[in-house]
Amino acid sequence: MKAAIIVSPGSNCDRDVQVALEQNITSPPVMHWHRDPELPKVDLIVVPGGFSYGDYLRAGAMAAHSPVIREVIDRAQKGVPVLGICNGFQILTECHLLPGTLMKNTGLKFICRDVDVRVETNNSIFTGNYAKGQKIKMPIAHNEGSYFADTKTLSRIIDNDLVALRYCSGDGEVNEDANPNGALLNIAGVLNEERNVLGMMPHPERCSDKQLGGEDGRTLFSGLAKAIMHPL
Amino acid sequence: MKARIHINLKNGVLDPQGKAIKQALEGLGFKGVNEVRIGKFIELELLETDANTARKETEDMCKKLLANTVIENYEIDLEE
Repeated sequence: MKAAIIVSPGSNCDRDVQVALEQNITSPPVMHWHRDPELPKVDLIVVPGGFSYGDYLRAGAMAAHSPVIREVIDRAQKGVPVLGICNGFQILTECHLLPGTLMKNTGLKFICRDVDVRVETNNSIFTGNYAKGQKIKMPIAHNEGSYFADTKTLSRIIDNDLVALRYCSGDGEVNEDANPNGALLNIAGVLNEERNVLGMMPHPERCSDKQLGGEDGRTLFSGLAKAIMHPL
Repeated sequence: MKARIHINLKNGVLDPQGKAIKQALEGLGFKGVNEVRIGKFIELELLETDANTARKETEDMCKKLLANTVIENYEIDLEE
């Protein structure tokens, strides 16, 4: 199994994702510079977190037009799994691979802390290694994480079971108090309709080793590796 | 030719910055402000001399990059 990590100017979670993938898949991931449109054949593409292009104009707006992103869109449409984390999620909404958008946190502050999230669906290769309804702990670190979509889009997302993760309380309750950033319906992660693209604000790569203080993120990467190498 | 683009949040989209600014204005004694909405202003210096073509091109720029049409509206003013 081969994975590629898209590196833009200002990406800062690319190496963490690299380590997390190395721990869970056999071959080392390709670190792919965003200017290079020639993306090698891979089984998984990760768009990592960071501040691509300094968040100019809107978070993810500039990177969404990088030469390699056209190829990422094409691969995603051909069924290659694409995972966008944090700024990667913002980029995937900006290039319309995922519905909705991510707005400034309602508290107007950058938030960097562990949050509880609930796995809303395990019907995807990203979340299949979790139980539906499982509560997991992951760090968030963002200024624009408030998920927004218009009413029509939102009902389409819900009707098709595309909400992957929602912010929840310590007892797994999804409520306003557990919403760190004002995201609609506490949405922390969303799938596309074909279920091969996931965008999520929490950082699984920052909790995929005991030494990092948690391993809930590792479950995602090991599950991905399993699902890609041994498809059902 | 100059294109002046105003980008505003659509109705119904929450604007926490606007809210904070409204509160700050109230703190300064400006009590008559009902709502504050923050947008962006972008000015382009265009090489195109035909207004119709310039407008079309600027609209394309807004749709593709300058505005996020999920949450934002844009208005274009051309000045020859």
